[in-house]
Parts: sequence; C-alpha cells; structure tokens
Amino acid sequence: MRKYDAIIIGAGHNGLTNGAYLAKAGLDVLVLERNSYIGGATVSRELHKDWTYSNCSYVCSLLRPEIVRDLELPRHGLQVVPYGGGVTFMQNGDHFGNYYDHQRQYREMARFSKRDANAYERYTANVQKQTRLIRPYLMRRPPDPTSLKLRDLKDLAEFASSFTSLGEEGLADTLKFWTKSVGDYLDEYFETDVIKAHLAGSGIIGTALGVYSPGTAYVLLHHYMGDVDGNVGSWGFARGGMGAVSSSLAKSYQSFGGEILCDADAERILVKNGRTVGVALKNGDEYYADVVVSNLDPKRTFLDVMDASDLPADVVKKAENFKIRGSSGKLNIALDGLPTFNGIPKGSPLSVGDMHFSDSLERLERAYDDWKGGTWSKDPYLDMLIPSQMDPTLAPPGKHMMTVFVQYAPPKIKGREWTDEDKAGFEKSVIDQIARYSPDFKDLILHCETRTPREIEAEVGLTEGNIFQGELTFDQLLFNRPFPGYAQYRGPVKGMYMCGSGTHPGGGVMAAPGANAAREILRDLNKTNTVPEGYADD
Amino acid sequence: MSNTHREQSDVMMLESPFHSRVKAANELNEWDCWAGYTTPTKYFDVELEYFAVRSTTGVFDLSPMNKYSITGPDAQAYLDRVMTRNISKINVDRVGYSVWCDDAGQVMDDGTIFRLAENEYRLCAYARAMDWLSWCAMGFDVNIEDVSDQVAALAVQGPTSCSCLKAMGLEGIENLKPFGIAHFDFDGEDLMVSRTGFTGDLGYELWITPHKAEAMWDALFSAGESYMIKPIGSLALELTRIETGFLQAGVDFVPAQDAVRLGRSRSPFELGLGWLVDMNKPVFNGKQALLREQREGSRYRFVILDVDGNKPAHNSFIYQGKGKVGTVTSAAWCPTAKSNVAFAQIEMPYGEVGDDLVAEIYYERELHWTRVMAPCKVIESAVFNPPRRRQTPAPAY
Amino acid sequence: MTDYDVLLVGGGHNGLVCAAYLARAGKKVLVLEANEPLGGAAASREFAPGYTVSSCAHWLTHLSPVVSKDLDLERHGLQLAARDLDSIGLAPDGQHVTVTGNTVQGAGLSPEDMQAYTEFHRKTIKFSKLLAKAFAVRPPKLVESNFTDRVNLLKLGLGMKMLGREDMSDLLRLALINMYDVMEENFDNETLKALLSFDGVLGAHMGPRSPNTVFGYLYRRVGDVHGYNGPAVVKGGMGALGTAVADAARAAGVEIRTGSPVEKINLQDSRAVGVTLVGGEVIAAPLVVSNADPVTTFEKLVGYRNIETGMVRRVSQIRMRSGVAKLHLALDGLPQFKGLDNTQLGQRLVIAPSMDYIERAFNSAKYGESSALPALDISIASVHDSSLAPAGKHVMSVIVQFAPYDLREGWESHKEQFTQRVIDTISAYAPGFSSQVVASELLTPVDLEREFHMKGGHWHHGEISLDQVMMMRPFPGATQYGTAVDGLYLCGAGSHPGGGVMGLAGRNAAQEIIKRGAQA
Repeated sequence: MRKYDAIIIGAGHNGLTNGAYLAKAGLDVLVLERNSYIGGATVSRELHKDWTYSNCSYVCSLLRPEIVRDLELPRHGLQVVPYGGGVTFMQNGDHFGNYYDHQRQYREMARFSKRDANAYERYTANVQKQTRLIRPYLMRRPPDPTSLKLRDLKDLAEFASSFTSLGEEGLADTLKFWTKSVGDYLDEYFETDVIKAHLAGSGIIGTALGVYSPGTAYVLLHHYMGDVDGNVGSWGFARGGMGAVSSSLAKSYQSFGGEILCDADAERILVKNGRTVGVALKNGDEYYADVVVSNLDPKRTFLDVMDASDLPADVVKKAENFKIRGSSGKLNIALDGLPTFNGIPKGSPLSVGDMHFSDSLERLERAYDDWKGGTWSKDPYLDMLIPSQMDPTLAPPGKHMMTVFVQYAPPKIKGREWTDEDKAGFEKSVIDQIARYSPDFKDLILHCETRTPREIEAEVGLTEGNIFQGELTFDQLLFNRPFPGYAQYRGPVKGMYMCGSGTHPGGGVMAAPGANAAREILRDLNKTNTVPEGYADD
Repeated sequence: MSNTHREQSDVMMLESPFHSRVKAANELNEWDCWAGYTTPTKYFDVELEYFAVRSTTGVFDLSPMNKYSITGPDAQAYLDRVMTRNISKINVDRVGYSVWCDDAGQVMDDGTIFRLAENEYRLCAYARAMDWLSWCAMGFDVNIEDVSDQVAALAVQGPTSCSCLKAMGLEGIENLKPFGIAHFDFDGEDLMVSRTGFTGDLGYELWITPHKAEAMWDALFSAGESYMIKPIGSLALELTRIETGFLQAGVDFVPAQDAVRLGRSRSPFELGLGWLVDMNKPVFNGKQALLREQREGSRYRFVILDVDGNKPAHNSFIYQGKGKVGTVTSAAWCPTAKSNVAFAQIEMPYGEVGDDLVAEIYYERELHWTRVMAPCKVIESAVFNPPRRRQTPAPAY
Repeated sequence: MTDYDVLLVGGGHNGLVCAAYLARAGKKVLVLEANEPLGGAAASREFAPGYTVSSCAHWLTHLSPVVSKDLDLERHGLQLAARDLDSIGLAPDGQHVTVTGNTVQGAGLSPEDMQAYTEFHRKTIKFSKLLAKAFAVRPPKLVESNFTDRVNLLKLGLGMKMLGREDMSDLLRLALINMYDVMEENFDNETLKALLSFDGVLGAHMGPRSPNTVFGYLYRRVGDVHGYNGPAVVKGGMGALGTAVADAARAAGVEIRTGSPVEKINLQDSRAVGVTLVGGEVIAAPLVVSNADPVTTFEKLVGYRNIETGMVRRVSQIRMRSGVAKLHLALDGLPQFKGLDNTQLGQRLVIAPSMDYIERAFNSAKYGESSALPALDISIASVHDSSLAPAGKHVMSVIVQFAPYDLREGWESHKEQFTQRVIDTISAYAPGFSSQVVASELLTPVDLEREFHMKGGHWHHGEISLDQVMMMRPFPGATQYGTAVDGLYLCGAGSHPGGGVMGLAGRNAAQEIIKRGAQA
C-alpha cells in the first residue's frame, strides 16, 4: 500500500476542512469515511423520492466565513441563504413573533411588555459584547493554562487581557454567561415568559441540561456568535441542504489533490514505537501515514479506534469521563403542501424562520425532567423549520420539506435500548404537538423519518447521538475541550491529532476545529501554514 | 393580551396621529423611519423649510418622541436620583433639560422633563428607556408609564410662532416664559403648550390627545396662514439644531446602554454638559464616577468648531499640528449665522476655546473627490442665539 | 465626635467575629442586634418546654481554626459535645453506608468503592486546601486589581500550578461539573453516591445533576481542611457558639446591645454616618459594618433609593431562593432505625437513598412545590448533650430539602402536611417513629427569613454557586467588603467566602477595614 502524509478518519465537515488545508499545503492526504456518502452530520439525503432532507444538521451560521472564502466554497457550490423571523406558538392561541426588522421586533415585544421590548436592546448589546470576546478565539487554538511553555504563557496572557478590556461590568457578565443558567440569565432581563422561552431555546439545543441548569447561558452564546454575511447572530439555510457544505468542502479538498475513500470503516489507529503509522480498516485493509487525524468524537477516538495499550491511562479515563450526552432527536418530514399555522397567515415571514411550541421556561424545564427520568419529553421543545419555503431544490413545486429538531430524547430509555414502540411514541409526541397548532399538518405528511439518538449514533457515529461531539459546558470548552492538557488538537500519541467538534471551539458546523487542527499539524511538520487567520472584529 | 395585533398598524411602520395631514402636505413624498414611525425628511424644500423656522414659523411633528409619565409621591425624589440635575428646582408648569447616566457616569440619553403637577412629571427622550426607568424605580413609590402613543405633539418654531398661536385663540400665550407650560382648552380637550424646542428660536411645543391631533393641525395651519406657517421635515430640523448647538443622542454621542465597545460612551463633562450636573445632590446615578472624573480628568472634550470655507466638515478627522486629536460628529453650513459649524469630540487636553485646529474634509463634485485641510477654531458657544428666543412677552415676529 | 468608631449592624457570628477583631485593633465598636440571643443563625431555641435545638445550622463543620484560636473561643465557653462524627447514609434495605473521615464502610460496599472513596477524599481535600487558602483572604477585584490582589491571585495561580498538571486539569473540569457525573465516574454504591452528592447540594437550590455542585462539595470539604473530620455538635446547641463569640467580643472591648433592631443606615453625602434604631434612636459613627445579607443591607437598611441604579440591579439579582426547611421534633425516647444501633444515633443521619431521589426532590422546588419525598439531614444532639431535653427524652433536628421559599400554595396552609410528610419519611426507616413525636416545629424558609432577618431565608446569604462566589460575591463592586457607599462595609455570609459558620467573612472584613485605616 502507498504511504500517505496524512490520513483523516471521517469525512465530516471538519475532517474535510482539515484535509483541504493539509492538501493545500502540499501534503498527500487520504480521508476515510465509514458510510457510502460523505458529510458526517452535514448531509443532504433523498430518503423520500424527490425530497432532499438535511437529516442531521439543518441550519447554518457558525461556519467560519474565513474558511468559506479561503477554500472558495461558493465556487464549489455552497450558497447560504439567510432567513429572518421565527415564532413561538402559545397555548392561549396567541404567539410571539421574532421579526428581522428591529422596529417590528420592538412592537411585537411591546405587545407583551414595553419594558421587555426595551430590555431586549440591552440584552442584545450585552450578548454582542460577549460574542466579540469569543469570536477572535474561534480561529485560534485555545490557550493551555496547565502548560509552562513560553508560547502557551503568552497565549494565556493575551487571553486574560482580552477579558479585562471588557471592563468590570462586562467581565462580570462574562463570568455569568459561563456559569449561569440561561433561565437565570434571561430572568435578569425579561418579565414575559414567552419571550424568555423563545430566547432560551438556544441555550439548550444539543445539550443535556435544562434551562435552569448552570452553564446553559454559554450554550445560548454559542448560537449567537455565528454570522451570515457579517450579520452576527443570524442564521441561514445552505441551498440544497446541509450536504452542500460538505460537498463543497470535498470539492475544494479534491481540487488540492486530496483523496476520499468511502465505505472505509476504521477499525484501529495503528501505533508503533509510540507513534502513529496508519489506520487499519474493518475489512482488513491498512493505510499508512505518519499523521493520523481523527474527526470522530473523543469517546470513539480513544475508546474505539485506539487501543488502550497505546494510550496513557489518564487519557482513557478522561475519554470515559468526557460528557457526550444524547439529548435530542429529529423528524424529517415530506409535506404535500405548506401547512397552515394558527394565527399567522400563510407565507408569513415568521413561518420561514424557526418555529417553537414551548411558551414558558417551566415547560422547557419539565421537558428536561423527562430526560432526567430516562424518557423522551412528553411536551418536547421543538426547533422546526420549513426550508423549502426559500430553497426550491428540496421538494417538488408546491410541496415542502420540514425539519424538526426535538429535545429531549435520552440515549437510553430508563436504562435500556430504544425499542420501535419507543420510537413511535417519541414521533407521536412531536407530531401531536405540531398538530395542536396546525390543523392540516397531519393530513399533509407524506413521509416522516424519525431519528432518535439510537439512529443518529448508528448512522453518523456520534456517540449517544450528541450533535456537538460533546457537551458545550465550560468544563468542556476552550482549554478543557476535549480534555485539559489535550486541547490543542494534538493527541497523546506522536503523530495523532483530533479535528472534530469535540475539540475547540466545538460543534455547530463551524469547520473551525478542522482548520485549527490543520494549523497545528502543519506547524509540527514545519510546513508553511495554509490556514487563514480569523477576521478582526472592529 | 390582544389577539387583534395582526392589524395593518402592527405590520407596517406606525403612523403619527397627524399622518393624514403630514401626508397631504408632503409634496415630495420623502420619508424616513423615526422610532418605528413614518416621518417626513422634507415636505417641499429643505432650505425653504429651514428658513420658515428662522423667518416665519415651521411646524415639526414630534409625536414619535418617547414620552414617559412619572407619577406618585416619590416622583421628584425618583427623578433626582435618575437625573444629573436638581429636579426640585423645576417648579410646576416648568420644563427642565437634563441628561441621565449609568453608574459609570456615562450618558444614557438627554431629554426634557415637564413638571405637570406636584407629583406628576413627563419625560421626553430620544431613546427608549422603559427598562432603565423601571430599574431606577426600585425603592421608590412611583409609577412609570410609557405614554408615547398617548400624546400627539407638534413643535411650532420661529419668529411668528407666537402670533400663529395667538391667532389660533391661545390667549396670553405671549406671556409664557421660556421653559414655561400653559394649558388651553381645545375643542373640549386640554391643549398643553410649552415654550420649548430644538431650534434655538422663539418657539413652542403643543401637546394634545391623539384624537384631536388632526383638528389641532387644521386650526394651527389655518390660523398661521397669514404668518407664513409651514411644515418642516427632519432635515431642516437637523440644520437648526446644529446652528444652535444642540446635541443629538445617537449622533453626537452613543447612548451608554447601546455601547458595545468599552470607552465609546461619554460622560456629561465630555459632552460639554457639565452645567447639568449637580454634585450637591446626595445621590444620583453616576455621581461617584463623575466625582472621580472631576478628580482624575476627562478623556474627551466636546467642542463647537468654526470651520474655514463653506464645505461642511462631515465625518472629518480633526488635527492639531500633525496629530489626530478628534472626530466630527455633526456638521452643517448654517445659513442664518453664515458660518460653517462642526461639533467634535476632541481628546484631552486639546480643544480649548480659541485653539486652532484643522479639519480634514472630503467632498465630492460629479464623482470627483477633493480633500481639504480646513483650519478651524474652537468657539465658546453656538453661532445662533437670537434675543427673541428669551424675550417675554414674546415678540410678534 | 462620635462615641464609636464602628457600628456593627447584626450580632450574627460573623458580625461578632468582625467586631472582636476590630476591637482588638483598637476600634471602639458597638454591635446592634435585633434579637435577644446573639450569634444569628448560630442559634439555639427551646421550641417546646424542655426541648432545645440548634434552630438553623445544627452541625459545626467549618469554623475557622484561626478565628477560634484568635478569639480563644474555648476560654469563652465553646465546648463540643461531640466531634468528627460519621455521616451515615440510610438505605431502605438497611445496608447503610458510613463515612468516617476519609474512609467509608457498609455491608453493601465493594472494596473498590471503599478504596475509591479514600482516593476521592484525598483529591478533594487537595482542592479544598486551595479553596481554604483563597477563603482566608479577600478575593481580588475583577479588573482594577491592586498589588495585594495580584499577589493573592498569583498565590492562587501558583497553588493551582503546584497541584501538578494532572490535578490542575482535573480541578478545571471538576469545579464546573455536577456531583451526579462525578459520583457515576467514581462509585457504584447508590447510597454512597447519594450521601456524597447531598453534600454538594446542601443548602442550595440545586440537584445532583446541576452543574457547579462539585464546587458545593469542595466547599463543604473546606471544613475538613479546617480540622473537622466530620460534623461536630456544640454543647448547648449552636447558640452556645454565638454566646462564646459574643463573650470573646466583649472581652475584646466590644459593646453589644441586643433587642436593638436597626431601622436604617444613615447616609450623608453618600457616606455612612451611623444608624437609626427602630424607635428612633440615632447613633453616629464614621464606619458602619453590616452583618446582614447584601439584599437586606441595601434594600432595607440603606434603601435602594440611596444608591445608584446599576448597583441596585446587581444587588437585586443576587439569587437567594432558599429551598431548605428546618424541622424540630421532641421525642419521648430514642428512635429505632432499621440497621442502626443506639451508638450510631448521635451520628449525622442522611435520608437520601439515591441521587435520583434527591434530583426528584429538587424538581419540585423548581416549580414552587415542596418535595413529595424530601431529602433529610438528621441530628439527634441530645444523644451527646443531655441538657437539650428532659431526662430520657430526645430532640431531633432535621434539615429538609426541598422546601421552596416561594411555595406556590403558600406555606401557612401547607406546613402541617409537610411536617407529617417528613415524619412519614423518617418512619419508613424508623418504624414506630411517628408515635414518639410529642411536639414539632417546622421553620420554613419564610420563617427563617423572619427569624434571622435573612432575605429569602437563605442560610448562606446568597446561593453558593460559581456565579456568586469569589470575585463575584456578593456582587462585583462590593467583593472586598467595602461598598460603593463610603464607610459602609459588609461582613456577613453574603460576602466572600460565604456561609457555613466559618467566621471568615467577619475576619476578612475586619482585616480589610483595619488595612484601609484612615481611608476606610
């Protein structure tokens, strides 16, 4: 077998990004993908004839613009269309609309509380302060406070000084953001339950915590720090589904000479004399390279494809203790037409955005109590979109594609595996909830793909079906991601690296982990860096 | 909670209670958005509208202004804690101008405070303030209400403004002193008139319930016809306020609560509004920080510049010698004073009255850009300040 | 001229400690206490004729040895009836788990669990030692730190580095996560996991699943660093501690007036100049130190209207929702617990059979409901101290979680039912228990608020949670005991390092005041 310069396990968006930058630097790179298609959790799949589902990740904001531009993703077919709007339907028949236009948004909030409508401006400014702090670190490796190396100490000092530049009030707010619950944080601004509930959703998405669990305020921030065309905090659809992200990355990667091998399920990262030498596949094939990069989550990386005897004991322990919780599920639905929603006209900008049905923090918290009790939420939190309203490629004319992200769904039901009956019950709880606010919804369903953590894990390979490759709580962020001491993409074995969302800065289809990892690898190989710096925020 | 919110008015930009009249008068059909309301930028010609204010009477619809009602036994104590100024000095039927700060002594906004009765005030402000005003109310027996859409208002400004109002039947209006308030009956409703304004000229502001707004407009314009009354848009108003030295929140300073970047907000001292700060009050928001600033010095100085030449110094950098010492926030050629005025933020210790500075001005003629390094001088006060502004009884024209 | 250098509002233990240190530094100090007894939440109470309990905290677990020695509390009458007690986690099947210092025993325990506990204890103590160091000094300011702050911060950073790379990285992770996960990582026995995780949520509005609860656990273990290898019982009840501290303060020259509730702290030009007592008496002094919690201090005593709004916002946002009630029971004999012999009845008994049990108990509190099956921390102090009950009789004191301050249905109508629920819960472990109860008293958070003038009835004068400790306690701008009101200091549990009858908030505050000297 031919020897490569680097092998990447997993053709997710981070694996492909990593590959693209290594190949761009002139390395001979091979990406191995278990499935017969690439993309990992950023895929577009035709599971019902003529319908395209983004059946895992479904919206786009965090994808780093530096990478999009640098790897010429638009030329390779990526088009991101921003969407405005959003709505939370209320049990009393009213709803809270989230408008793109500032004045209209104000008026909508003022309908509930003029004070809240005004407080939202303070909230926005404060959130912006915090995102300005974090954004410069997205395209950088995190500092390592446990290291005594000069470079690390310098990084740490710079990191610390960027905090003090916030001033005392701002810094106190930072600490709150990283330690408080999203519920407590929102309570500091708003008095209206539906407004809090609408905003709080971002604090729990993909996270096995409730709105009143400390640490969830950061998760909220994580969803605010992306941008579409420089509009920080806004979100968009990838035209053609999220697969467009991975396919454009793959094309960019291949344009630099990179190779992709599908149906290549990695069995073991081969280690000899304390350094990586290649990868063995389940079918017995072996591929060789000095550098092996894992796009898999930390648990699968260290507990599955690596042999414990090749690893320091502490890493095995850390991987075991790494928190990667299944907390969500997904319904992808083919619709015979656009559903009607109570109280809003068809085609309203509200229905083009994210739709929700939890109108109070208490309902959100109770949904989490179900998860703690080992079952799916009977009154789930839904993040629902119909992207076919803006993207004609997803469904035949007049028909629609709906994506419903569902929280909470535990990895196991009261300690045992999910059964098909469980899955049907889970599906019913979601469909019934939507139907309560949309009289014609049930009749329009042509096909529904229901994914519990079991399916997500089995297909994408994400442990427990966790969409972020690990909880986004502060104990697993920055220099703690995935573990303290290993947060700079280098694994414990020479030549072994990590590039998945389980590394800094985390999940959400950012591609930053893949790029940052490539920078470190190239540095170790004494190659010229190909990875762009982050844009400076003014 | 109303379920009828899907009405037009909620989806579209809001309309002022005078909208039917404004729309009819707006010959140019040029509009802007002000606090969510449709507002005219100009009606027929900015220059002519401006000169209406300076020579006859210009009428500006200021209904979209944010208005807050502050009532209750602690109303005065409350405002004294919110505002930098001593509110107890504002008597019933008087108006005061003030700024308010956050704890860091940074200006959140400026506005006018109308004392309507012993325990009843109305605050008019540029920025929305319900959140902050509510926080400030903790510990006070006071009621805060956003009454922005419950009061329609017109600014009636210019040398003949008093005559217009007299002709409208507001008897004795000429005796109303600057910053005074008087009440009249209009068609069975209370018409409140204050001798206030944003133009630096003789002028009044009329406040009335929205459902009498159109009738009042009609009565005013009909009475003022012989006094050459004209409606004016936001662009003409902008000229008048620069000419007379009034700051505009969001233009000449960033309201502190909106400032995302540390150090972008300004204190009252840094805005030349130190005269509004009463350090003798036991407590007010920002007092401690402002005391510290007094001890340790300010970072910036607000200056009015008299700029050479006739090119307005929009967005200019200001230099002292070779060093950049500040930026212009507002600039205009002032047609009455015949001077080229700019407001600027100058870093300390530069910009003392009489200092000579240079403004870097870029202007464009037929897509050709020219750069001018225009000498300018820091002047003591605004260039327009006519005696009629203060005279009581007010002159007829 | 005024008669006093310092007025201390509140004769809680921290206030008295602070007063004593100030007096020893030559200040003339007057302590004003609203209640008759001194010591604040370190209090005893005869809730039924002949029956006395510690009415708030019932174990002594944290008292700083430095404070104890400096004030010579022993000489002033502080006596421990028992110390280094076990914590026994009661299991429904009688296979109880007994923690003694750094060891654990129990019929149902595997050798691995026993060994893991000792290792776990070693590690946590290592971290708690660091915390204890930070607790003994004022926290640094967030931004404008001065030389002292930087030295303190450097020491803390150095201490962390000294842990070694491995332990330091562990600390970075542990401090933020929840007890539930850490217990799952380390142990198999459910009773043990529950017993330890209960320490992480004691007195808090959190469940074992809540992030930050490991910090709560490390906080408890600071007591071990202070020399308590398990809870101690104060002879005469915790009130005796209050009395001892008061005696020490008097001996140092402090003047104390009880039954003298302060109506307000008087200001002149935003400077504290004295207080007015309920009844109108005005006492002047250049310094006022408040032992009251920060919300009570600023909302009630200073008045929100007399400070700036940003500060009002910070104060009012301090989370002080207590979820803890106190149940006092007079018993006509020693109860019989399944699987416990009489010698064990004086230990700390915990009824929290599983982590999920505690979590479910907490779930109710989130929605303003009391726990259907509450978690209990039980003390029968009369086993060690016969003065607390008539001969042959006993008193039981129970910390009950969760009992939310803002109970939706209101406490008045619910008290009786809740009392019965706790008695029934105990009866499940001690058959026939309910028939032994001759008198009872339930102190809900609302009662505790009224009794001890603690906002929200919160024992720690504010939740011990990462966003409210160290340089965030009680709120940025007041973290070094001084406040934006010149001449006004805080010395209660609301300040760093927090509650738990440590005495350190009082001591640190006194040191800060002495250090600032003329500038204070």
